[in-house]
Amino acid sequence: MVAKIEVEGLTKIFGKKPKRALELLQKNKTKDEILKETGNTVGVNRASFSVEDGEIFVIMGLSGSGKSTLVRLLNRLIEPTAGSVWVDGEDLSTMDEKTLRETRRKKMSMVFQKFGLFPFRTVRSNVEYGLEIQGVSQEERKEKAMTALELVGLKGYEDMYPNELSGGMQQRVGLARALTNDPQVLLMDEAFSALDPLIRKEMQDELMDLQENMKKTIIFITHDLDEALRIGDRIALMKDGSIVQVGTPEDILMNPANNYVEKFVEDVDRSKILTAHHIMKRPETIDIDKHGPRVALERMRQEGLSSIYVVDRKRNLKGYVTADDASEARKKDIRDLQEILTTDVPTVTKDTPMHDIFNAIYDSSVPIAVVEDGKLAGIIVRGAVIAALASDSEVTLDHA
Amino acid sequence: MLDFMKNVPELPIADWTSNFTDWLTDTFAFLFDPIKNQFGDFMEFTADKLAAIPPVIVILIVAILAFFVSGKKFGLAAFSIVGLLLIYNQGLWEELMFTFTLVLIASVLSVIIGVPIGILMSKSKTAETIITPVLDFMQTMPAFVYLIPAVAFFSIGMVPGVFASLIFATPPTVRLTNLGIRQVPTELVEASEAFGSTASQKLFKVELPMARSTIMAGVNQTVMLALSMVVIASMIGAPGLGREVLSALQRAQVGTGFVAGLGIVILAIIIDRFTQNVNKSK
Repeated sequence: MVAKIEVEGLTKIFGKKPKRALELLQKNKTKDEILKETGNTVGVNRASFSVEDGEIFVIMGLSGSGKSTLVRLLNRLIEPTAGSVWVDGEDLSTMDEKTLRETRRKKMSMVFQKFGLFPFRTVRSNVEYGLEIQGVSQEERKEKAMTALELVGLKGYEDMYPNELSGGMQQRVGLARALTNDPQVLLMDEAFSALDPLIRKEMQDELMDLQENMKKTIIFITHDLDEALRIGDRIALMKDGSIVQVGTPEDILMNPANNYVEKFVEDVDRSKILTAHHIMKRPETIDIDKHGPRVALERMRQEGLSSIYVVDRKRNLKGYVTADDASEARKKDIRDLQEILTTDVPTVTKDTPMHDIFNAIYDSSVPIAVVEDGKLAGIIVRGAVIAALASDSEVTLDHA
Repeated sequence: MLDFMKNVPELPIADWTSNFTDWLTDTFAFLFDPIKNQFGDFMEFTADKLAAIPPVIVILIVAILAFFVSGKKFGLAAFSIVGLLLIYNQGLWEELMFTFTLVLIASVLSVIIGVPIGILMSKSKTAETIITPVLDFMQTMPAFVYLIPAVAFFSIGMVPGVFASLIFATPPTVRLTNLGIRQVPTELVEASEAFGSTASQKLFKVELPMARSTIMAGVNQTVMLALSMVVIASMIGAPGLGREVLSALQRAQVGTGFVAGLGIVILAIIIDRFTQNVNKSK
């Protein structure tokens, strides 16, 4: 599969002697050393990555890490010093102005942190801007703009001016404007950072809902790790202009490439990221077709359990029996497990976030069953939940 | 202390300037003469036509425009009526029309010349570096000095008056056009570029609309400066209220001078409020 966007050694040096600085950079001098020696600032340092068609690729880093510069290199709002950006096999960094303009018009559009709306234009006229400059007819412009506005839930606001709308609504206009000319690539520069947390979450959800249908290639810049983990299919972490690690949210959390990444992910609310899959254990089970209460009791005594899950031959979950019920049954000489089986089992799936496991486990006297297609995949005990929140070492041990 | 300067002869800057002006006058006579004649005729014509309209109608039109321009308030309209009637009452109506013509034409030309130069400055660091000191020069050189080459090029009358006003009044429009465009938020410029605007689309669809109120502030300044040149321009024979002030000065007639000066003030206030309100209303 060919990547939608392929970035190779993309570098931006701000200052008067970029060539000299570039040489130093190739000698692996640090950003500080280069600043001292040449007075030039390294904005982006030889960034290389590829973005697949239809994925949300998040570039995250703290302020000053070069992420905003990097996204502007992708559509050449900033001229790169070195390196190339391949979009559908065409090198954007060497395009002539006309081709570049066409690429910007048809292939990629951008959403800005402070919305970047034109205050003297109405909402609709803002949304139409991209088509207007392409010379699209008024009727077609209007039709497409209205479709885009409806998509972001702003129908009925088309004749208002941006300053009459709230921040969240303004950014919806920004998003609608970017969607109107139906680009394949969407560049979102801290698009939700200026919004308050509740609205931000709402917008993230909406973006993901939209993405379900649109399947655009989205490059999303953020300084907020929670946001990155929430919406990103893959995440690139930046520091001092360099990309430190690229990986899925899980990779980043579980296997931080270095101290920097580790520090970064330290403060993450793990309960939002980790799922049942990460903290479940291999379950002790007994087979309802083979075993009776006697075996169940014996197994529990061996393992030090107060209850045990019951499956059939195909590992389909049937329920659980408690030690009390089992010993009672043995006294009464009941042979069939079916009679003492509790079928009201607390279950979750592998993808249930840990956040949602809290309540279930609090209310339950037995471990929670993790079920996949009716089969018992694992169990979660209280201890594992606490351990996972405390650090990741325990977690990685338990899941292979 | 300045002994070493003894060996340096006095630089003949004055001679150079004179020679240069003479050269300009001779070389571009083919250009200056038709401008002087055609343009002079055109201005005479405009002023005459304005003066030929019955004052009542002019006053009424100004009052109505004032009413709408100031957002349907009566203040400016009332002031215009009283002020213009006073000027009429003092027998300065024709002078007023000449002065107005001079100011109007000088301002329009200043804007036509100034805005493009301002745009050029905002787009090019080099242009800004070169033009800024020229603007400083134009504004600080005493306005009287411009009268001399103005006369050399265009002899006397309205045309050299407009020429001198142009030099004196254009800088604010240039400066504020430059400033206005440079102050457009980066994100808006980026937005316009990111959607694939050409340079002229960016300029006309984003930058100029965003800079509009700053540019208009510059235009307002330009009009006011053009008006302030009226008295000075009368020294080289430009007709109008300025000439009344000048002749009153020469004859030490305090009263006449005051009345003509008052006329200029009234005109200035009306023009200023008009241009300011046009800026606000949109």
